[in-house]
Amino acid sequence: MNAAVINLGYLGASALFVVGLKGLAHPRTAQRGNLLGSLGMLLAVALTLLDRRILGFQTVVVGMGIGAVLGAALALKIHMTAMPQMVALLNGFGGGASVFVAGAGLLERQNAVVPALSQFTVAAVASGVIGAVTFSGSLVAFAKLQELVTDRSLRFPGRGVLTAGLAAVAFGLGLWLVLTPEPHAAYWLVVAVSSLLGLLLVLPVGGADMPVVIALLNSCSGLAAATTGFALNNNILIIAGSLVGASGFILTQIMCRAMNRSLVDVMTGIAPPAGTGRGDEDLYAGRVKAGSPEEVALLFAAARRVVIVPGYGMAVSQAQHSVAHLTELLHSRDIEVEFAIHPVAGRMPGHMNVLLAEANIPYELLKDLDDSNPTFEQTDVVLVIGANDVVNPLARTDRTCPIAGMPILDVDKAQAVVVIKRSLSPGFAGIPNPLFAADKTIMLFGDGREMVQALLKALKEGP
Amino acid sequence: METAVLGLTIFVLALFAGFEIITKVPPTLHTPLMSGANAISGITLVGALLAAGSERDWLLSALGFVAVVFATINVVGGFLVTHRMLAMFRQRPKMEP
Repeated sequence: MNAAVINLGYLGASALFVVGLKGLAHPRTAQRGNLLGSLGMLLAVALTLLDRRILGFQTVVVGMGIGAVLGAALALKIHMTAMPQMVALLNGFGGGASVFVAGAGLLERQNAVVPALSQFTVAAVASGVIGAVTFSGSLVAFAKLQELVTDRSLRFPGRGVLTAGLAAVAFGLGLWLVLTPEPHAAYWLVVAVSSLLGLLLVLPVGGADMPVVIALLNSCSGLAAATTGFALNNNILIIAGSLVGASGFILTQIMCRAMNRSLVDVMTGIAPPAGTGRGDEDLYAGRVKAGSPEEVALLFAAARRVVIVPGYGMAVSQAQHSVAHLTELLHSRDIEVEFAIHPVAGRMPGHMNVLLAEANIPYELLKDLDDSNPTFEQTDVVLVIGANDVVNPLARTDRTCPIAGMPILDVDKAQAVVVIKRSLSPGFAGIPNPLFAADKTIMLFGDGREMVQALLKALKEGP
Repeated sequence: METAVLGLTIFVLALFAGFEIITKVPPTLHTPLMSGANAISGITLVGALLAAGSERDWLLSALGFVAVVFATINVVGGFLVTHRMLAMFRQRPKMEP
């Protein structure tokens, strides 16, 4: 087919991507947005298959078949609880694809009679670096989320120097490749070095910082596609890639703001300076009240308004269905129930929302930080399930603590607070939480799901 | 040089468009937005197809083949999982017993 016709079609596909992405950012249009985006993709792929440069279809069809089966199996089989891993994996595949496409593009230009123009080589190298960092970084994120490696921050002396050294080596190799485009192997050296770089960049990122990294890798997978577009001189790759780059970056910013930390701090694994001078024992000694489910059930029975604050602990213990039952039971007794969700609760942006939606909890009950904070004063009981730093009042009161200034859920303003948690161990920030020692707080020590179920039982048998 | 500048122009304008169209994303849509956007970044499939189908060189075809598999997983998996999530958000059965 005529190249101009194909490019016109690509323009149509690009427009569909813009409209689709816009739709995805609003609740009412999200489903349509996703469909429009996939329609754009279908159009782009169909037109590409009509391109005269494609001479053989065997490799193409087999490759697409394998990819489609694997992709569909992943998407349909995956449990909603494993969504953070799935997103990490998809980001990785995006980065990996860019690495191989840019490598192929480079090879093609080197084989051509006309010598490769350096601007295309520069783009291919950039694509190799960003793509490889995204690929290996996402695999590390996946391994952490799947708990194949520890999700704590892994740091060792000299890491900064090593990272900088690797970046310099990647840059040097890239420069060599641009100046003497002869050895194709140099590209794969760049890719290998960049993969190591991705490893070193994500390893020091600890669990609670994961939402930032997942959003950033999402952005990078888009940027990798865009740079591949430069390498192939293909506009639709540039357009779609930069749209995704932008959307991922916006999410990254939202996450950083919700933690009051800079992106640089998160990526270098700079842990906030620990220590407020007061030890855990000072703060907690003799002041923590451990309660029983029966006690808490009495509290609930007398309440008119309950707010549930879910955290990563709810995800780990897979308590979302029990929480849904609790919500139903409280509703049936005319008790108002709402959920207050902190933007960085869990391990990826929107983690808690996905889990609660899976348990069929109506979307209207899920409130964000700004909507829920003014309501805590009129709330009788707050039930915190496996959250810690996001409800720590020190963020408001102690200017020297590591989370100073981080926007938190002001649950301490409610009449009573019930915290389900396995122990008094500190959260990611490594500081004690005065909320646990407050007079109005009752601790329910135990696994999230077991405790919610015990609470349910106590409520049903109780008054 | 001219093509590079043209490409850069498109790149910068598309970035601006991206920043403009995605405003005030409600937290519920954070995850679907990521997975949906990720599926769109699977557009590298276009480049992968051209490489895999060129039949000029076995190495080129091999690189293209791997890229086609990766990018198709990205596209199919991304759109499908996003659809699944959004469908879940949509069905809101009444909680009243």
